[in-house]
Amino acid sequence: MWDLCTNALDTARLRGATYADVRMMHLRQRDLTTKNGQVGTLAQSESIGMGVRALANGAWGFASTDRLTREGVSACAAQAISIAKASAIAKRGDVVMVDEAAYVDSWQSPFRKDPFELPLENQLALLLASDAEMRRVKGVTLTETGMQFRKIDSWFASSIGSRIHQRKMITGCGIAATSFQGEEIQKRSYPNSFGGQHALEGYELVESLEMLKHATRVGEEAAALHSAAQCPEKTGTLILGGSQLGLQIHESVGHPIELDRVLGQEANFAGTSFLTLDQLNKLRYGSDIVNVVADARLEHGPGLGTFAYDDEGVPAQCTDIIKDGQFRGYLSNRETAHLIGLERSSGTMRTESWNRLPIIRMTNISLNPGTWDFDNLIADTDDGILMETNRSWSIDDRRYQFQFSTEVGWEIKGGKKTRMLKNPSYSGITTEFWNSCDAICSRNHWTLWGTPNCGKGQPMQTMGTGHGAAPSRFRNVKIGSAFSNQ
Amino acid sequence: MSSTHKSGKSSAGKSTSSVAQLFPERELRRIIDTVLRLAKSTGAEETEVHVDETANSLTRFANNAIHQNVAEHGLNVSIRTVVDSRTARATTNRIDEDSLRAAIAASLSLAHSQPKDPHLLPLPGKQRYRKVKRFVNATAALTPEERARAVRRPCDLAIQNGQVAAGIFASGLQQSALGNSRGLFASYRETHAEFSITMQENPAASWAKANAASVREIDPQKLAQRASEKAHLAVNARELPPGRYTVILEPSAVLDLVGFLFYDFAATALQDKRSCLNDRMGKRLFGKNISITDDAYHPLQLGAPFDGEGMPRERVVLVDRGVPKNLVYARSTAKSARKKPTGHGFALPNEYGEAPMNLVFAGGDSSLENMIASTDRGLLVTRLWYIREVDPYEKAMTGMTRDGLFLVEKGKVTTAVRNFRFNQSILEMLRNVELLGPAVRATGEEAFEMVVPAMKVRDFHFSEVTKF
Repeated sequence: MWDLCTNALDTARLRGATYADVRMMHLRQRDLTTKNGQVGTLAQSESIGMGVRALANGAWGFASTDRLTREGVSACAAQAISIAKASAIAKRGDVVMVDEAAYVDSWQSPFRKDPFELPLENQLALLLASDAEMRRVKGVTLTETGMQFRKIDSWFASSIGSRIHQRKMITGCGIAATSFQGEEIQKRSYPNSFGGQHALEGYELVESLEMLKHATRVGEEAAALHSAAQCPEKTGTLILGGSQLGLQIHESVGHPIELDRVLGQEANFAGTSFLTLDQLNKLRYGSDIVNVVADARLEHGPGLGTFAYDDEGVPAQCTDIIKDGQFRGYLSNRETAHLIGLERSSGTMRTESWNRLPIIRMTNISLNPGTWDFDNLIADTDDGILMETNRSWSIDDRRYQFQFSTEVGWEIKGGKKTRMLKNPSYSGITTEFWNSCDAICSRNHWTLWGTPNCGKGQPMQTMGTGHGAAPSRFRNVKIGSAFSNQ
Repeated sequence: MSSTHKSGKSSAGKSTSSVAQLFPERELRRIIDTVLRLAKSTGAEETEVHVDETANSLTRFANNAIHQNVAEHGLNVSIRTVVDSRTARATTNRIDEDSLRAAIAASLSLAHSQPKDPHLLPLPGKQRYRKVKRFVNATAALTPEERARAVRRPCDLAIQNGQVAAGIFASGLQQSALGNSRGLFASYRETHAEFSITMQENPAASWAKANAASVREIDPQKLAQRASEKAHLAVNARELPPGRYTVILEPSAVLDLVGFLFYDFAATALQDKRSCLNDRMGKRLFGKNISITDDAYHPLQLGAPFDGEGMPRERVVLVDRGVPKNLVYARSTAKSARKKPTGHGFALPNEYGEAPMNLVFAGGDSSLENMIASTDRGLLVTRLWYIREVDPYEKAMTGMTRDGLFLVEKGKVTTAVRNFRFNQSILEMLRNVELLGPAVRATGEEAFEMVVPAMKVRDFHFSEVTKF
């Protein structure tokens, strides 16, 4: 592998690169799903290739190839240089990169059980058993289960001398029951919607989630939602469950702090950000108890944004994003860090595959735990709504105005969780929302949730991100507007 | 395998250093034959092979300069084996015989691990396909230098107008071949070109985009000019209260909203009771001016004339004058529903069945100018953004307006308006269409390209307003 990497770098240098890096990647994936008691998808795939990013004439070029021969990677490097020189036709200045040291290292994400080595029959049996439990519930009209496993090897080499090998094991699983009745479709999922929970772990994640144990409840709640009361439309107190709060962090903190968005590089597609450079260290993003970090280090947890080095060869770091409610930091790379006065990238360049250019991505963007016990939080709430498990999410292209709906809501009255509510939703303006946070549950309730489907870039790249969150309370939130129809 | 990239200069003197080429069809057929030969000796009762090759390039610009510029080439071989009423798929991008053998073995191993499927159908035999011509040499020959020069001009226009341009100019070519052990063989190739631009004039922005098989049908400068003019108009946006408004939706806005309807026409979605058409087939659901067809052969459509199992795509009337009439069927759903397959199945095994991928809405004869002129008070919507489903049975969607929302008063565009959030049922919207423009190939960011018209719609529901 390293010989091919060196070969590509040598070609890039000979053709005029002032900097180049290459990523060879080998991706293996297995997908298992069931639906209504039958096996749905049963597939595995592998893909191996190399991407070359080169700076020539002050501009970038990128090319990728699946021809892993000396000739193939040389041609790929030459193509990257040719593209860089074409880029220079429409440049306004030369690319400047902050310094970074060279690293020679090898790292593997820890896992206990390799899902690719375990009997597939057992994995399918667990899914089919969970599927059957949900189908036993009267009123359930559709049952779905799934597991996904990925093993990713990457070899990064750069013209400044880095040689970094990383191996990541990623596991995801979940179950869902849907009920169609009258003129309504209702759904419940476990442990999260849109495929469940995903983490940088092995099969031990599947075992820890005990899907079979939750299957009956999931089915019963899906069917019960039809007779639940409609979530009222009002301004009031909202408690968000951990997984929904994880997505709230993703959309209203994670995306607006991406420095490429802030600088207009995503203006045509993903959008820009309300966090213009003048807001850094000045904006009161949230209340005093709101502390958010971008932490790619393993000690933060086995998140989808955990690694040892980013795809630009920069070591994983922890960056304060919101400290005691104040806006403190962006996600940067070697090209943008100097624009906010940093001498070093915060290490957030990530790529989906060998055929995609690394771009600034979220790592693990997490809300630090607070001090509340969950039961005490409910007991302390006189009148509110607890919302759990995302159903839909939407936010404007500068990340101000959002609306989320969840699968289920629970009315809180007099400090007690009372009746179920259907079609819950809430909406607001990002900074107003985070400033209304008055309680965050403790580490005992904190989970590092995985969002496996974050789309960004052109051509589109899908990336996994991590979001640590514990249930939290927000005051004076607009509730129920998704289903108002005035 | 031979190189897929030329080097040097062509006889015309144009640099072709980064112009991609695809393998000849015979090479794809050779890969398929190799897999079928290797699979024969493994115990696979039946085998299906997909070979997909892509060569795409994309030049991305922002802040009036190119900042990303990429090219990719890849070829995947996807193998489905059938053994003892069980099937599974394995995919690889390595095409040496050892790798293909390993993929066959992986597919068989997966297949053996599951219970028998008594409903699994034998693979289809040879089929006949309608020819479609969607490969344009001018698109395939586009170089990075040509894209860069084409991008430079809109960037210069932005600077000249005190604006900031961002966007993409992309081109690519792809081909697919599908063969199976019962002698079926299908192949298809196409090119595609796309230009998209956002012009920003602080604090406003506007946008224009086009997509076609032929790069000659795309005029980057014209799109840039349109986005520039609208961005300038959008600068002093006024805040209006949320509520119900008459809207004039440009084709991209229509596309990104109605695009969410496509899977509801899958027979599997009705069997699973997750379609908004459950209990509604044959009943008037939309206005009489709404007719929708799935037509892979429409001149403004792209895509292969066969589905994931190699069945020929049929033209299907989905909605006739407001009434949902037909669904699309893969082979297995067709059998259980006692219908004929329509050629819309996904590659097996999968849990989603099928979907119409070439939607064509019947248009009308009202121009955008006529729609504006006929409106006493309403909103002109350039595009919609971040659309998600809120209620699957009422097909209620939420999302934002983006890149140019304008107030229309007494037949004229009078001012820009701050962006709204909408919460709107698509079913209700398609009952409230007052005027339709000619159907065009529309392109947005939420749905794949379709042929849809601009629409004037009454009582469109905006629920909240944002800060810009």
